[in-house]
Amino acid sequence: MSDSLRELGEYIAGALGPAVIGTSVSLGELTVEVRPGDVVKASKFLRDDPNCLFKMLIDIAGVDYPEREKRFDVVYHLLSLKKNHRVRVRAKVGEEEAIPSVDSIWPAAQWFEREAYDMYGIYFSDNPDLRRILTDYGFEGHPFRKDFPLTGYIEVRYDESQKRVIYEPVELRQEFRSFDFLSPWEGMLQPRVLPGDEKATAPMTAAVAPAPAPGPKNPAPANPAPGAASPSPTANPTNNPGASSAPKAP
Amino acid sequence: MAEMQIKPMTMNFGPQHPAAHGVLRMVMEMDGEVVRRVDPHIGLLHRGTEKLIEYKTYLQAIPYFDRLDYVSPMCQEHAFVLAVEKLMGLEVPERGLYIRTMFDEITRILNHLLNVPAYAMDVGAVTPFLWAFEERELLMEFYERVSGARLHAAYYRPGGVHADLPAGILDDIWAWTERFPKVLQDLEGLLTENRIFKQRLVDIAPVSAEDAIAWGFTGPVIRASGVAWDLRKSQPYAAYDKVQFGIPVGKNGDCYDRYLIRVEEMKQSNEIIRQCVKAMPGGPASSVDRKVAPPKRGEMKHSMEALIHHFKLYTEGFHVPEGEAYAAVEAPKGEFGVYLVSDGTNRPYRCKIRAPGFPHLAAMDFLCKGYMLADSVAILGSLDIVFGEIDR
Repeated sequence: MSDSLRELGEYIAGALGPAVIGTSVSLGELTVEVRPGDVVKASKFLRDDPNCLFKMLIDIAGVDYPEREKRFDVVYHLLSLKKNHRVRVRAKVGEEEAIPSVDSIWPAAQWFEREAYDMYGIYFSDNPDLRRILTDYGFEGHPFRKDFPLTGYIEVRYDESQKRVIYEPVELRQEFRSFDFLSPWEGMLQPRVLPGDEKATAPMTAAVAPAPAPGPKNPAPANPAPGAASPSPTANPTNNPGASSAPKAP
Repeated sequence: MAEMQIKPMTMNFGPQHPAAHGVLRMVMEMDGEVVRRVDPHIGLLHRGTEKLIEYKTYLQAIPYFDRLDYVSPMCQEHAFVLAVEKLMGLEVPERGLYIRTMFDEITRILNHLLNVPAYAMDVGAVTPFLWAFEERELLMEFYERVSGARLHAAYYRPGGVHADLPAGILDDIWAWTERFPKVLQDLEGLLTENRIFKQRLVDIAPVSAEDAIAWGFTGPVIRASGVAWDLRKSQPYAAYDKVQFGIPVGKNGDCYDRYLIRVEEMKQSNEIIRQCVKAMPGGPASSVDRKVAPPKRGEMKHSMEALIHHFKLYTEGFHVPEGEAYAAVEAPKGEFGVYLVSDGTNRPYRCKIRAPGFPHLAAMDFLCKGYMLADSVAILGSLDIVFGEIDR
């Protein structure tokens, strides 16, 4: 199985030339990384080539790596009914970059792209209808980014005196808790850190980092990796109502 | 008098509409009774499940899957545990596989027993709904007996299932499968040849195989269009390669075919359940790898190690090796997939849920164009839309 996938990967890489950055097979799944500008070309090839025939677009997923220069992965999952195999196509895009839409290849892409745009702010150029899809009307920000707090910025409730639903900044009755279960013993499994070291250094960096901004109540991403916090407007305390804490729309 | 120009009317369908199967708002551009354009506005049930899962351990993420498509909970747990097992390289014992297969099929019947009569109700028949709910109640009792919950079971766990089957349940499931064909026959007697039902459904929104593939349709909707595609056959998981069953395939791809496919699938599911009951192997129902599957309660009473394992699993949880995996199952509505990215910690880095209803609803404009307003209700019903999974 994985041998045939590897062959398919080599075939795709050979046929598409420089558009393909790399292919890999792991856990019985083929991943092809393409240059973001060549997504449409690669998609057309993958759909129409008699050895590929990936006629069905299963999914488009965004993944956010805030510490990376090109922070987003756009991951396409394709399926071939005839050949009964799958492929994962990945393209890395930066925050200010656009990636061409594959709407012309698979009409199903339109909503998937709208979702990725809504959740991550990945901009798909020439998608005919790139509107928000899942979030509220008038919503600001892109909630699935790692630097968007889990609690969000605004909450809604029905106000009895005004007789309508009103929007308010989030106010937590209890401080947001993110449990860190990573024990010092885990360090032994990862040779890059000395046992217990990460625990010892973590509070120090945490104490240094937020010094310019007054103490953020909500820890930003749960990912305890140091350096994961990104220099974005979300560093503002979320329960500070007036502050322009909502991230700007791209 | 000059010719009258009728302006197209924009109409709001929902968000509170009994035929919208939840909270769907459709902005429809009407030309008299004829639909010119449909713009579904979704997301009214958006809860950010995928983000919430990123903040939970792998085990804590399972209950979220019950709450996606809340009429077929276990199939969705199945996709998630398959993805986790793939990343960890975990083996599931034979008995666990059979239990999963059996409950997947119970779930399928549960789902179709809701969709088919609800669909019938959309087009005017009330009785089937009441009849089918009686059966659903019996099936949910099986859910309750294995997991303790009628709907949100959280029964499938990485490595197997939460608990072994309670005594006597196989006999009761067998007894239920004996009576179910009769129920299905009654249901069909009300609907299949019903003149009104057929007038509302036959030849409404036929979808060609090419269109169905291009729009990403899966499940009964693509099979109605004549594509014999079923993940249970083509990419078998659990014990589906060990049971015999047929894949019903439609001819016209219209609303009526989609209904027929679902009814036939229920018959096939019933057969699969019977085969599972008959062939149910012995042995453990869950993995004995204590780093993943918790120990039995009795074991914890006398074994220190079991106690430690239990504590570690329910506080920190297990760590999943770095990597990414996509696992899909044939959920009652179509291909339900989970794309899991792990960074080696006890929480998923990213969990993308591929809901079958999402591309189905995305094609609503394509399907409804040129049909009457009343047909759009039939089309929506035939797609089997549940907002828990579409909005996530």
